[in-house]
Amino acid sequence: MKKNGVKMIKINSKNVDVYYGKKQALFNINLDIEENQVTALIGPSGCGKSTFLRCLNRMNDVIDICRVKGQIIINDFDINDKSCDVVRLREKIGMVFQKPNPFPKTIYENISYGPTIHGMAQSKNEMDEIVETSLKKAALWEEVKDRLHEPGTGLSGGQQQRLCIARAISVKPEVILMDEPCSALDPIATAQIEELIDELKKDHTIIIVTHSMAQAARVSQNTGFFHLGELIEHGSTDKIFKNPENKKTQDYITGRFG
Amino acid sequence: MNLILFTFIVLLGFTSYYFGRRKAYTIQSTNKRLTALPQFYGYYLAIWCAIPAFIIFSLWAIFEPTIVKLLILSDYSNQGYLDDELNLIYEKTKALSRGQFTGEITPFIEASAEKYLSLRSIAQSSKAVIVLSIIIASVAYAYKKISSNSRTREPVEKFLKAVLFTASLAAILTTVGIVFSLIFQTIDFFKVIPLFDFVFGTHWYPAKAFVRDSSEALDPTMYSDTFGAVPIFAGTFFIAFIAMCVAIPIGLMSGIYLAEYASVKVRQYAKPLIEILAGIPTVVYGFFAALTVGPFLKEIGNSMGLDVSAESALAAGGVMGIMIIPFISSLSDDVITSVPQSLRDGSYAMGATKSETIKKVIFPAALPGIVGSILLGVSRAIGETMIVVMASGLAANLTLNPLESTSTITAQIVVILIGDQAFGDPKTQAAFALGMSLFLVTLCLNIVALRVVKKYREKYE
Repeated sequence: MKKNGVKMIKINSKNVDVYYGKKQALFNINLDIEENQVTALIGPSGCGKSTFLRCLNRMNDVIDICRVKGQIIINDFDINDKSCDVVRLREKIGMVFQKPNPFPKTIYENISYGPTIHGMAQSKNEMDEIVETSLKKAALWEEVKDRLHEPGTGLSGGQQQRLCIARAISVKPEVILMDEPCSALDPIATAQIEELIDELKKDHTIIIVTHSMAQAARVSQNTGFFHLGELIEHGSTDKIFKNPENKKTQDYITGRFG
Repeated sequence: MNLILFTFIVLLGFTSYYFGRRKAYTIQSTNKRLTALPQFYGYYLAIWCAIPAFIIFSLWAIFEPTIVKLLILSDYSNQGYLDDELNLIYEKTKALSRGQFTGEITPFIEASAEKYLSLRSIAQSSKAVIVLSIIIASVAYAYKKISSNSRTREPVEKFLKAVLFTASLAAILTTVGIVFSLIFQTIDFFKVIPLFDFVFGTHWYPAKAFVRDSSEALDPTMYSDTFGAVPIFAGTFFIAFIAMCVAIPIGLMSGIYLAEYASVKVRQYAKPLIEILAGIPTVVYGFFAALTVGPFLKEIGNSMGLDVSAESALAAGGVMGIMIIPFISSLSDDVITSVPQSLRDGSYAMGATKSETIKKVIFPAALPGIVGSILLGVSRAIGETMIVVMASGLAANLTLNPLESTSTITAQIVVILIGDQAFGDPKTQAAFALGMSLFLVTLCLNIVALRVVKKYREKYE
């Protein structure tokens, strides 16, 4: 999406360093994320792409020994600032994990969880509506509308992951972070999720970490390549895949290492 | 003698292991591939040593006494003795041979005792000879038999399986035996005391049964209003209830703190510390309750104008609760910790706070396990004895006032079985009936607890 011909930047990270205890995991990351686009983060295992993703909604806070330095600016506000309210931040920035992790509750309760804790629905009707729209957006409504009050853990893997996406979008986040959302799924479920990602980018900015180069090429408009904790190269997906500037990027894309 | 023989057999076992392994190495050195690792050949020979030894020892233990007895008593046959008299003679003979005979020594018995001793020594030495020769023969046979392509791994594995099976069978059979002894005594008890009186009677006063002279005939009517178990069942559940009122909130909250809030360092020290509480013997809790908590409560109560007994249900229940805290705390900590991290991440990523996550995601997910830990705590509370005996009195009052003294099933069993008991007396059998009902109650609780825990396990696997 362009405004006056200039791409809108949603997230602007400056000089981000991350340490696990004494070990530095990310080195001086400067990456801008465009609004209403899909940005893919690729790179070999342990390169720090998931760590960077978890910086964006401060999920690294959960890990005791993890320290984050540098600025991550979202909507003109540095989320690493002390005044940042993590609850509000995570309401605005949803997350989908590698392994589907529905709560051991009913499908309905899984979706209503976020809106309840953020006080988004005033009545049962409003909540019903949120649940229905979220499930519809996640392309799961038709499959589960008759069993909303059955446990979410009883769904298939692909359905569970879409349930988790529905749960993430139920609070209308501006950004959705996806940490290898398809790595536990079969090709058909993967195709469904990829289709869904394309659909979701109309309303949300999406950042996806993936191990599959093909997936990055299929779903993303921008790509960042991480290697050993550094951001080696980033730019439009087209350019990264067809005409990378850096030798390492080229080697990785062509499967010469990784 | 037996000990020397046994040591010798063990040494033989080790030797045969060594020979088996050496033969395997020899085979291996001729560039033949073995069917199993060399030590399996060793174990195989050791088994060939152990099994015959075991069989002969058990056969000997079964048949030796019978045969010796037959031989001794053959001297007395055709003399018109009754079976009972013959048994008595045999017992006298054995006692004399051990030098423990105190009665009049007749020449007959003296001769028998000598014969007995000589028979025993013959038996011992023949046992040693037979065992050793059979073992050596069987090991030698097995040693010759093993070759590069003989199967040794499978028999060894089978043998291990059989040993483990025997061990678990022994554990189960003893339990079954205990249950059966309970059942038979209980049935005898209910032949005298009607089941109805026991289950619904409100007056428990076993001291009344103490006055009966055992030479008198048994008159069931004299036990009416003696063995009514309602007061002690009520007391048991009441004290357990007080205990759980203390243990559940504190145990659960400390479990949640340890699992979710405590830093690694705090947890590292706090958890073993709490578990130490579980290692304190219940006697210590008992006198803590009887000598510290009881009088303390009495004083406080008196200063407020309440009439508090020094041995109160509150003191016993409260201290019992403290005893149970570590179980609930430690088990619920384990259960909460085993809730997958991905659920916490999912909840935090939705913007939930820590307490919201615990309340709405972790606690419901861990609930079955927590319920299981609570039920295990309850069955401990019901089965606890020392604290109640010491701190809550022995008079079976039917009361719901926590400041009065009451008594429990376990405490009454202690009361009944302290001192001399006559077997076959309803008073003694009452203890079995109580034990049986206690067993049934805790069994039901444990079954429920295990089912709940199992249901929880299925959820994440």
